[in-house]
Amino acid sequence: MIFLKLLLGTCLILLPLQSVAADDDYGYPIPGSYEASILGTPAKLMPELPVQIPMRKLMLNVFPERKKPPIFFYDQGLLCMFAYQKQRAPLVFLIAGTGAGAQSAKQMAMMKALYQAGFHVVTLPSPTTANFIISASQNHVPGDLTEDASDLYRVMEAAWNEVKGDVEVSSFHLGGYSQGAIQAAFVAKLDEERRVFNFRNVLMINPPVSVYASAAKFEALLQQIPGGAKKQGVFFNQMLRKFSEFYRTGNFVAINDDFLYAIYTGHLFSDDETAGLIGLTYRINLAGLIFASDVMTNSGYVVPKNRVLTPTDSLSDYFLVSTHLSFFDYFDEYFYPFFQKRRPGLTKRELIEAQSLRSIEGYLKSSPKFGLMTNENDFILSAEDLDYLKQLFGARAKIYPRGGHLGNLEYRDNMAYLVNFFKKTGGSHEGSQL
Amino acid sequence: MKAVSSRSAVRVLTLFCALLLTGCAATRENTRDEVPAMHTMDEFRDQHLAEVADPWETFNRSMYRFNYYFDKNVFLPVVSGYEFITPIFVQERISGIYNNLSEVRNFTNSLFQLKGAESVKTLGRFVTNSTIGLGGMFDPATSFGLQRRTEDFGQTLGYWGVDSGPYLVLPVFGPSSLRDTGGLAVDSAINYGIYTAVAPFENTGNSGAISVGIKTGEAIDTRHQQPFRYYESGYPFEYYMVRFLYHEKRKMDSGLPLAEAVSTQNQSGKQ
Repeated sequence: MIFLKLLLGTCLILLPLQSVAADDDYGYPIPGSYEASILGTPAKLMPELPVQIPMRKLMLNVFPERKKPPIFFYDQGLLCMFAYQKQRAPLVFLIAGTGAGAQSAKQMAMMKALYQAGFHVVTLPSPTTANFIISASQNHVPGDLTEDASDLYRVMEAAWNEVKGDVEVSSFHLGGYSQGAIQAAFVAKLDEERRVFNFRNVLMINPPVSVYASAAKFEALLQQIPGGAKKQGVFFNQMLRKFSEFYRTGNFVAINDDFLYAIYTGHLFSDDETAGLIGLTYRINLAGLIFASDVMTNSGYVVPKNRVLTPTDSLSDYFLVSTHLSFFDYFDEYFYPFFQKRRPGLTKRELIEAQSLRSIEGYLKSSPKFGLMTNENDFILSAEDLDYLKQLFGARAKIYPRGGHLGNLEYRDNMAYLVNFFKKTGGSHEGSQL
Repeated sequence: MKAVSSRSAVRVLTLFCALLLTGCAATRENTRDEVPAMHTMDEFRDQHLAEVADPWETFNRSMYRFNYYFDKNVFLPVVSGYEFITPIFVQERISGIYNNLSEVRNFTNSLFQLKGAESVKTLGRFVTNSTIGLGGMFDPATSFGLQRRTEDFGQTLGYWGVDSGPYLVLPVFGPSSLRDTGGLAVDSAINYGIYTAVAPFENTGNSGAISVGIKTGEAIDTRHQQPFRYYESGYPFEYYMVRFLYHEKRKMDSGLPLAEAVSTQNQSGKQ
C-alpha cells in the first residue's frame, strides 16, 4: 500500500555502501529481509532511468454492459499504462503484485528500464485491486489463479486491441512480480491454448509457491504484535507516535532522505515491529479487496446485503471491519463458499492446492520460456519453497543472496538482469504472425 | 477559488451547486430489504486506524467529489495544456520563481514562531535565490546549505498550541482543517498587504491584470507541482488515507520545538 510506504519511506534513503556486510560481490546493501522489503533500493543504487518516456493511459472498458454502483462512480474503466516505441519492437506485459496498480513505483521503474532498452511496455494492475475487481473481473471475486488468468488474458487482449493500430510489435513477452508472478505463470499456460500472443518468454519475480502459504506468512507477521492482529489499531497508533516523536526530537527539515536514513540507522523500529507494519500493510490492501468484492457481489459480508451506498456515505465502519478480517476469514467465509457453490463437491484442500505453482509444475518444468528471479531471504518463502523453486527451475532461476520480498527489484543488477532476460529472446528475432 | 477566469468560474459554480443538490436529493433506490452483514463493528474492540476528527464527513466527501470533477473538467485540462506548450526547463524555472516568492510566507511565519536561526536562513535563501538565483529561477541557496523550510500560518497557530480542529476539505484547495483554513486566510491577507505596499507593477498602468495573471500562474504551477489525483489510487478507503496523511503531516510540521519535545519524552519515561 503506497500510503504506509510513504510514511515509512520507500526507496529514497541514502545508505552508506559500507553497510555491505556480506562477502559476496552482490552490492545490494540491506541485509534484513523485512527492512529490505520496506525500504527498497537506495536511490543512488538504482540504474539511471529516463524522467519522461512516451507513454499513455489506457482506460479499458472490458465489460461495456456493466453497471457500476454509485459508490464507485469514479471508476471509468481499468487503468493500464502503455509505453511505446516509434519503430517495430517487442512488447512486454507486466502484472503488478497484490494491491498494486499499473502506476505503482515498481511497475513504472520496470517500464522505464524496458522502454530504454527498446521495448513497448503495457503495465497491468493486480487482479486484487478494487479497480480490477470492479471493472475487469468476470465474477468480482479475486484469488483463484485460473480465473484471474482468464480475466488478465481478456484485459491483455483489450489492451492490445486498443494499441495495435498505433504500433508495430515483433513479439510478445510477459512478466510479473509477487502475486503477479504466479499469475503470469497461469496466464502463460492459458496462452498455450488460446495462442493470441504466443509469449516468447515469461519472467517471474519473487513469486510465492503457494498463495495460501504465503498469505499465511503475512498473517503471521501481524499475529506477533502485542495483543495479536485484533489490536492492530493500537499497534499502528503506537508506531505512529514513535515515528512523529522521532521526527520532532531530531529537528529534521522535512520527511526526506535524511530523516528516513536516520530511522534506518537509528533502529527506530525493532524487527518485530517492522514485520508488524508489513503485515498491517497487507491487511490494508486486503481490506480494499474485501470491501470492493462484497459491494460488487452484494454478498452481505461486510456491507449489509441490498444496501446501496452513495458517494457521500461514510465508509469508516467498513474500513475498520475489513482491516480486522484476516486472509483466513476471507478464504473460509467468503472465497471458498463462493467457489463451492459454483463447483459442487470442491473441497477446501483442493481449492488451496489449485492456488499453487505445484498444480502446474509439469508445464513449468518442461517449458523453456520461463525465468525466475527471487531472493534467498524472501520472507514469503519457506526453506522448503525455496528448494522447490531451485529444483523446478534449475538453471532458469536467478537467486540473489538478499533483498527480502522485492526490496532489491530496483537495484541496478536486478534491473539489468530483467532487461537482459527479455532482450535475449526479444531483440534478435522477428516473428509472430501479426 | 484562487484564479480561474470568469467563464470557468461560472462553470465551476454550476457544477458545485449541481453536486450539492444531487447530494441532498439523492435517494436510495433501495427496493429490497437490507440484511445485516456477517461482520459488523460490534465484534471489534480496537482503536481506529487513521482516526481523525471529522464531524463534517458528509460535507467533506461532497467536496472531495467536487474537487475530483473540478480537476477533471477545469483544472487538469488547463495544467496539461500548460505542460504541453511549455518546455520542462521553463516549467522548472517557473516553479522556482513561485517557490521563491513563497519564501516570504516562510519567513514571516518563522518570525511569528520566534525561530531566529530559521528566519535568518530563510531570509538568506530568499536574498540568495532572488539575486544569484535570478529571481528564484535557480536554487543556489540549497547548495550553500540553506535548506528550504516550509512554514505557514496554520503551522504557526499549531506551534502556539492551537488544535487543528475538525478536518475540512476545501473546494479546489483540497484537504485542510479548521485551523489551517484560518491560516490560509491570514497568509493570503499578509501576502496581499505586502504586495500592495511594494506595488511592483504600479507604473505599468495594468497592475490589476498583471496581478490576476500572476495569481493564475501560481494556481496552475501549484497544481502542476502536486502529483496527487483524486480517486486515482482506486483504493475504496482513499478518503481516510488522505485525511490521515494530511493530518499527521501537519501535526509533524507544526510540532513542538526541540527542547520541549525532549522534555516531554523524558517525562513519559521512554528509554
